[in-house]
Amino acid sequence: MISILPIAPLASRVAAGKRLVEEAKKDPRIWLLTADVARSTGLGAFVDELPNRFINLGIAEQTMVGVAAGLATCGKLPYLSAFAAMLSLRACEQIRSDVAYPNLNVKIFATHSVLALAKGGTTHHATEDMAIMRSMANMTVVVPCDMYEAEKMISALVRIPGPAYIRLRRGNDPLVHEEEFSLEIGKAIQLRDGNHITIISCGRLLAECLIATRILSEYGIQARLLDMHTVKPIDVAAIEKAARETEMVFTVEDHNILGGLGGAVAEVMAELGGVAPLYRFGFRDVYAGIGPEEQLLDKHGLSAEKIANKIKEILLRKGINAGPISPYPEGLSKSKGG
Amino acid sequence: MTLLTNEELEILRRKARVIRKDILEMYAVSGGGHFGGSLSVVEILTLLYGKVMRYDPRNPKWPERDRLILSKGHTNGALCGALAEFGFFPKDLLNTFNQLDSPFGMHPDMHKIPGCDMSTGSLGHGSAVAAGIALAGKADRLDYFVYLILGDGECQEGTVWESASVSAHYHLNNLIAFVDRNRISQEGMTEEVNRLEPFADRWRSFGWNVQEIDGHDFEQIYAGILAAQQSKEFPTVLIAHTIKGRGVSFMENTYKYHYADLTSEELELARYELDVEGGE
Repeated sequence: MISILPIAPLASRVAAGKRLVEEAKKDPRIWLLTADVARSTGLGAFVDELPNRFINLGIAEQTMVGVAAGLATCGKLPYLSAFAAMLSLRACEQIRSDVAYPNLNVKIFATHSVLALAKGGTTHHATEDMAIMRSMANMTVVVPCDMYEAEKMISALVRIPGPAYIRLRRGNDPLVHEEEFSLEIGKAIQLRDGNHITIISCGRLLAECLIATRILSEYGIQARLLDMHTVKPIDVAAIEKAARETEMVFTVEDHNILGGLGGAVAEVMAELGGVAPLYRFGFRDVYAGIGPEEQLLDKHGLSAEKIANKIKEILLRKGINAGPISPYPEGLSKSKGG
Repeated sequence: MTLLTNEELEILRRKARVIRKDILEMYAVSGGGHFGGSLSVVEILTLLYGKVMRYDPRNPKWPERDRLILSKGHTNGALCGALAEFGFFPKDLLNTFNQLDSPFGMHPDMHKIPGCDMSTGSLGHGSAVAAGIALAGKADRLDYFVYLILGDGECQEGTVWESASVSAHYHLNNLIAFVDRNRISQEGMTEEVNRLEPFADRWRSFGWNVQEIDGHDFEQIYAGILAAQQSKEFPTVLIAHTIKGRGVSFMENTYKYHYADLTSEELELARYELDVEGGE
């Protein structure tokens, strides 16, 4: 696996946790609740610095969500900290019926998402959480790709009332963003422009996609890359623009391809009506298995090289125009809008 | 010793009678409802709103109010009847029960029903929410109480015990729970379906104060609440022994009217027994 991006000095969850402490010092509404994993989830600083607004409910995710709902009815702004797999699955009904339905101001800080606990196996992998959370009315779903985005997201969400699900990983992510950039919830960030294809991703795999775009560029394929950090509400305008301005759209997510980022983009594109073809990278309706995270991602075709190779293969098969120095026969070319 | 005057008792009994009639009409007119558990919880709700709780019907979100979480949300007709009777909204609105876009449905919605403190419906959820509100009260140094109403069948849900553990651990003495112990759930007797006894011991072992009371006796309910309010450390549960379907002879002590749609003959008989014609 190529790794040419700098690695963040902090894990996204740790950076987000530090930012949360800063926000909580300014905003007395903010509380932190955990199901006995505050330190594991990078929130030790909150525990140490703001103990009066911290509650460890023990290994009781469902009760934690209910308690948060109760606090929220009294004007508090609880952040919940637990592993993504347990939050989205074990406490799913409490999140839906006690938080999303009454539209309460509860932020769900779901760490160790995806394969972060890769060796933990399927019980500890969250590969359905975006689909589950996205299907709940009132819920915002965000997926930061690195520590800088995670920090900005925490600050942005403090200011947006209503429930939100923040999908965070465990380790130190490659840096996709510079420290200073503008982030708006619900608005995709274009990381790279390109006129041939568009890759839409979020979270950890954006780094792989960024490298993949460089590989593709060497073959003359200019890929636009969108950081779709907000999976819900999804940036319909950015997807439509990509579908109309480039030949094909690819989504890349560390999630089952059903119902997550790829599902959300597919829904938008279906309503556009055949403007451009779509391919979804992700776990293709399988559980990921056991192994080190990077190796598992590679096994499922989610490393930069495999993403790039697959894209080339699909473009060739579909006969889609792949740029001025395309290795493909000229007769297959068809360009959109000249 | 009596805690309530004869005049207070007379008013409470009259209110309870009115709320029972409202439950009957709401459910009968809208094509069915949870009669059994709604009729069994009437005295508890009547006493709470009629004598105990601190609230302002003109300012239902008053931060210092006492809260009530109807965790057995399927008996919302009883809650709506009580809230209407105690001035939160005009009683004629109850005619819309379960109709399109009505604020009042089978389960309560906190954003639609004035005076409703939490949306409930799925069993085993209210107890954690009540704990959260009790924790907020302590953090904000507000002296309100949180009244939580559980069904006994509901206590077969594991989350009731998960949150019972949390409430005792965090010394939530501002939380007072009732269990409407009518001994019957949707399809049978709780002790035959999934045994709850020794019920009081279960609560005690979780660290709660426990009292057993007659849930239709205003004096006993009131005495239980007053004692619970004095708890210095732990939450209290009042196991209220009640009669499912109380007040309508053919609904009493049977699972068959847990949820029912009445025939016109049944409705007439129920109306007669609840003294609709006789008024107050």
